[in-house]
Amino acid sequence: MRPAAQHHPHVRALAVDGVSVTLGGRRILDEVAFTVQRGQFTGLIGSNGAGKTTLLRVILGLQRPHAGRVLLAGRPRARRNRSIGYVPQKVGLDPDLPMRARDLVELGIDGHRLGIARPSPARRELVAEMLAAVDAERFADSRVGRLSGGEQQRILIAHALVARPQLLLLDEPLANLDLRSGQEIVSLLDRIATEHEIAVLLSVHEMNPLLSVMDRVVYLAGGRAVSGTTDQVIRSDVLSGLYGHRVEVLHVAGRILVVAGGPAATNGSPDGLPGAAPLPDAR
Amino acid sequence: MQNAWIVATMVAVIAGVVGFFVVLRGSAFPAHAIPNGAFAGAAGAVLVGVSSLLGLGVFAVLSALGIGSLGRRGRHDVATALALVAMLACGAAFLSRTTEYAPEIFSLLFGEVLGVSTTELLPVAGLGAACLLAVAVLYRPLLLSSVMPEIAEAKGVRSDRIEIAFLIVLALATAMTVPVVGALLIFSLMIGPPAAARALTPRPGAAIALSVALALITVWAAIALSYQTNWPIGFFVGTISALAYGLGRGWNAARTHHHQLPHSATFTDASSPGSPAPPLGQRRQKRRRPI
Ligand SMILES: Nc1ncnc2c1ncn2[C@@H]1O[C@H](COP(=O)(O)OP(=O)(O)OP(=O)(O)O)[C@@H](O)[C@H]1O
Ligand SMILES: [Mg+2]
Repeated sequence: MRPAAQHHPHVRALAVDGVSVTLGGRRILDEVAFTVQRGQFTGLIGSNGAGKTTLLRVILGLQRPHAGRVLLAGRPRARRNRSIGYVPQKVGLDPDLPMRARDLVELGIDGHRLGIARPSPARRELVAEMLAAVDAERFADSRVGRLSGGEQQRILIAHALVARPQLLLLDEPLANLDLRSGQEIVSLLDRIATEHEIAVLLSVHEMNPLLSVMDRVVYLAGGRAVSGTTDQVIRSDVLSGLYGHRVEVLHVAGRILVVAGGPAATNGSPDGLPGAAPLPDAR
Repeated sequence: MQNAWIVATMVAVIAGVVGFFVVLRGSAFPAHAIPNGAFAGAAGAVLVGVSSLLGLGVFAVLSALGIGSLGRRGRHDVATALALVAMLACGAAFLSRTTEYAPEIFSLLFGEVLGVSTTELLPVAGLGAACLLAVAVLYRPLLLSSVMPEIAEAKGVRSDRIEIAFLIVLALATAMTVPVVGALLIFSLMIGPPAAARALTPRPGAAIALSVALALITVWAAIALSYQTNWPIGFFVGTISALAYGLGRGWNAARTHHHQLPHSATFTDASSPGSPAPPLGQRRQKRRRPI
């Protein structure tokens, strides 16, 4: 927890305001609203198909929401906004790609601009600095498509950071990583959020690797979201309301498990929003 | 004869540069379909008696636009196949009415560099310069959207426009190269040298330079051999390109193997069937140890 960042509402990096998305006739996101502050680490949690990627695409401007809006640093997002760094869920780099990790990071500086970049010591230095920030100097000169999943993840983070974004979005960066690499990436991102004063929003389907670093949680289920601190959100009553049926939050050996726990909630608020009344424990 | 060397040099430079992106983007199929579509245009031009370069250019650009607009989100194998068969159908129709031009048709298919006249050099040079300029302007977004299309889109790069622009560059490159190496074999010049180059170096800039160098060697050798033997130049371009690619892969495979050694030194020799003889592997491993 970093109270300093939370006490400065003016450093709000991102506000998602009542965003709804319908795809193929199905409501994927339903009035999702939350904010993210600079310097904070926010976990976007949801199971497969919960709409995490869709939500990130809305924030990036790749998916137009059918209702609601996205504010970046307090202003409606411009059509082309490059103050967001993005690490997609699947990148799929060709192993034969004629690019070193270093070249891929350099492409993050101004890869969207027309023309050919003139090499300069300043550019090389900036790239080297980013490679150091993600602890990737060791494999900076290897072919990027042949690096391991965890190594590629670091390079993609450096690629996103080198443009000095205010907001960094990562879509399931821990999928395919073993526990240790996952932890390394998480603490790296935590450090980056603090040191570079940027907001990190990271999606996962499994929240436990983030417990030690998350400042805030956005929990997605059934198209709706609740947000707050871990203690505010990851509770049986709140999540039961979100899911619309009884779920139990269990704390086991420092880990949190969310398990389905009984019949559908009938006495919660009509729309099943957080704050549903405690349910009988009967089965 | 001098014209042959000049035009072949220009063709090799363009094929090397444009081919780098063809291989990078996995656009080999469009790179095959556009020249064949363009060939139909040339056959049509011969039929109505206008410059075959004009017919090539028009049909190549039409094929490119068809492929680009019908293909969806980078997937256009079906659109490409349709464009290809539509153009070939036209080509068949045009050919059936132009039997007396058989030698010219043959040279469009398989290449005829030795008969290039000085007046033909200028349009080729113009098209080549346009291609190089376009690639230079598009360079960074083209690279980014080829490698990581989603990130490129998030940064405001319009991948669909980049795609169309690139296909048009490919079409122009095709129009200038087909009369020299032929519609059926231009493809090999755009795939072989760049594919070999990317196996040989992990740097994008160096890979483009190497791709051009290999394409130059290929066409120069092909001209010399074609002149000696009187066999079609396309035959030599195709075989030398394939050979370059094979050698590039082989060299790369050997290198990759010794790169991997430090990580799995104990298992590599036992588990990988294609490993080189142990003494070589050990010698290379020693050289790399300081890392
Ligand atoms: N273009 C589309 N048309 C119709 N449905 C779509 C489209 N894109 C996504 N969906 C649906 O939206 C839902 C949410 O998808 P999304 O990719 O956002 O989920 P996710 O939370 O990222 O899941 P995962 O953890 O598997 O990546 C899925 O059920 C998916 O089938
Ligand atoms: Mg997803």
